[in-house]
Amino acid sequence: MTDNPEFVQIRHAQKSFGKLEVLKDISLNVARGQIVAIIGPSGSGKSTLLRAINDLDPLTGGEVWLDGVQVNKTLPHRQYEAHINAMRQQVGMVFQHFNLFPHMTARENVTMAPKMLKGLSNDEADKLAEEQLEKVGMLDRMEYYPSRLSGGQKQRVAIARALAMKPKLMLFDEATSALDPELVDEVNQVMKKLAEEHMTMIIVTHEMDFAASVCDRVLFMDQGVVVEEGPPDVVFRNPSKDRTREFLRKHLAGAK
Amino acid sequence: MDIDLMLKVYPFFLEAAWVTIQLSVLTAILGLICGTAGAAARLSRFALVRFIGAAYVSVFRGTPALIQLFILYFGGPQIGIQLDAFEAGVIGLGINAGAYMTETIRGAIISIDNGQREAARTLGLSQWQAVYRIILPQAARLMVRPLGVNLNMLIKATALVAAISVIELTYTAQRYIGSTYKPFEMFLLAGVLYMVIIYVVGRGVAWLDRKVQIN
Amino acid sequence: MGLDFTIIPKYLDIILLGCAWTIGITIAAAILSFFGGILFAVIALYAPWIIRQPFRLIEWMFMGTPLLLQLFLIYFGLVQIGIDLPAFVAGVIGLGLHFAVYNSELIQTAILSVDKGQMEAARTVGLSRSQALRKVVIPQAVRAVIPPIGNNMIALLKDSALVSVIGVSELTLSAQRVIGKTYRPFEFYILAAAFYYVINLCMEWVQRKIERRISISR
Repeated sequence: MTDNPEFVQIRHAQKSFGKLEVLKDISLNVARGQIVAIIGPSGSGKSTLLRAINDLDPLTGGEVWLDGVQVNKTLPHRQYEAHINAMRQQVGMVFQHFNLFPHMTARENVTMAPKMLKGLSNDEADKLAEEQLEKVGMLDRMEYYPSRLSGGQKQRVAIARALAMKPKLMLFDEATSALDPELVDEVNQVMKKLAEEHMTMIIVTHEMDFAASVCDRVLFMDQGVVVEEGPPDVVFRNPSKDRTREFLRKHLAGAK
Repeated sequence: MDIDLMLKVYPFFLEAAWVTIQLSVLTAILGLICGTAGAAARLSRFALVRFIGAAYVSVFRGTPALIQLFILYFGGPQIGIQLDAFEAGVIGLGINAGAYMTETIRGAIISIDNGQREAARTLGLSQWQAVYRIILPQAARLMVRPLGVNLNMLIKATALVAAISVIELTYTAQRYIGSTYKPFEMFLLAGVLYMVIIYVVGRGVAWLDRKVQIN
Repeated sequence: MGLDFTIIPKYLDIILLGCAWTIGITIAAAILSFFGGILFAVIALYAPWIIRQPFRLIEWMFMGTPLLLQLFLIYFGLVQIGIDLPAFVAGVIGLGLHFAVYNSELIQTAILSVDKGQMEAARTVGLSRSQALRKVVIPQAVRAVIPPIGNNMIALLKDSALVSVIGVSELTLSAQRVIGKTYRPFEFYILAAAFYYVINLCMEWVQRKIERRISISR
């Protein structure tokens, strides 16, 4: 499936807030169908990097490319808006706090964007909602409002909402961090299923076991740089850098 | 208490109450329009537009509504604005109420979690689509109650147009106090009518507030 | 008739005098409304039923009717029962009572939110109920409501313009008098508005200072 090794390309990404540099010259390629986990302590810049990919947190330097198109082009405001909206339709994003729309049912959360942006009819949209909610195991809660769903259920609906736009790439920003421990697994199962379907995914996570079991590649970030990257068994079992070892030791000790 | 007198004059008070209701409705509509425009201006991405919005709120909330009314009604002709007293009342009070509503509407909008906007934008919605499909429907539910407070204030503020001789409730009460020397009776007549109007509007707002809540 | 602002300096002294009266009436009514508010709150919460219920009805009427109507009632009502007060005093009483009712609402909520344990603690050290109220509960409640009372006082400044209608020579009526001589309503009402705006800004500035001090002392 790795027909395009530069499907997602980040070139010399740099980001600063005033004097504070949160991303320092990061470059990264992700092939089509690849699954990359980004791990690291909080404040390491991993979420900022993820959110730069769909320009939610614009970079102050460097470029992001998706499937041969530059995402963060410099354009006049109006043209840029049209461009970025088109790009974002191809990139699904899942947030730590779900960000479901509370005034819409699960079904409406899923169908809103396809109806609005792709002109789907009500019937087409409802079929799509059934399909996507079925995939995340939420078909029976289709008419529920988010306030009546558990955290895990909310996150599964949020994933269905993102998938309904048929994205080329999925970004997960600590998708399970806000969940009670017993609800983490149901969301992980959905993500595993996506992995089996060869969805290209970039996952910011604290779940080392999960990262080890589904990812092709792991990046360890600290203080705005990529300290170490490689296949999960190498990074987790046999890291070459002290900082990685230190982080894993603390983190794995803390998790147990 | 002079019940006979009250029975004799109450039809005039009812008529005046109808004028007060008309004033309130028209002022509320104009206030909502100004408030929406003001809130949009205060949230604009252009600094100059934001400044104009902030200046509107600051000036109209920072000076007496009565003076604003006098500037419009008495000063207007000097700059080519000829309005009758009722028109001046509606426009003056409406623009004034709009300044207060601007803050109510803006407050509701900025209290919506930024994650909602982000989620909408990541799906590919434009700024405007995110506002009217995601932010406004949620903010509207939060606005009902504070806008109800604005409405309550606005109804009482319509009394100010008595000072430019619009024949509404307060003006009528004042006139009959002058001619009958029965201030308590006249106050009671006008006061009860004001409270009926305010009570009905308050119940309406409470009903709407319950109705728009999610679930 | 065009605009001519050069006429202003000639009448500035009258306007400035009106300004002084506006500040005076605002301060006097603010003081009345503050202590009146505390008194009303205590009556509304702690007076015997026979006093409390009619009192609440009156409060409710004051909140449900326009200030202008209340000013007419007080000004002409007092005359009717043989009390002929100067307009200034009637204005201060009208404004002061009106805002006392609004302040009372705030203070009632604050008193109820002061921890029940405070009253109990005060009683266990031997204070009577009224001593505990005076020394322990009310001081805490009042401190909590100073910022929202500040908002009421700023509203009071603007509503003080209404007492021009019952003949108090404050800023608005002074402007009206000058306009009667000059026939220049636009210029002088704008001037009056500017003075109100400046006083308003000063009050907001003071309010922010006080709020900051309160938030530090906590």
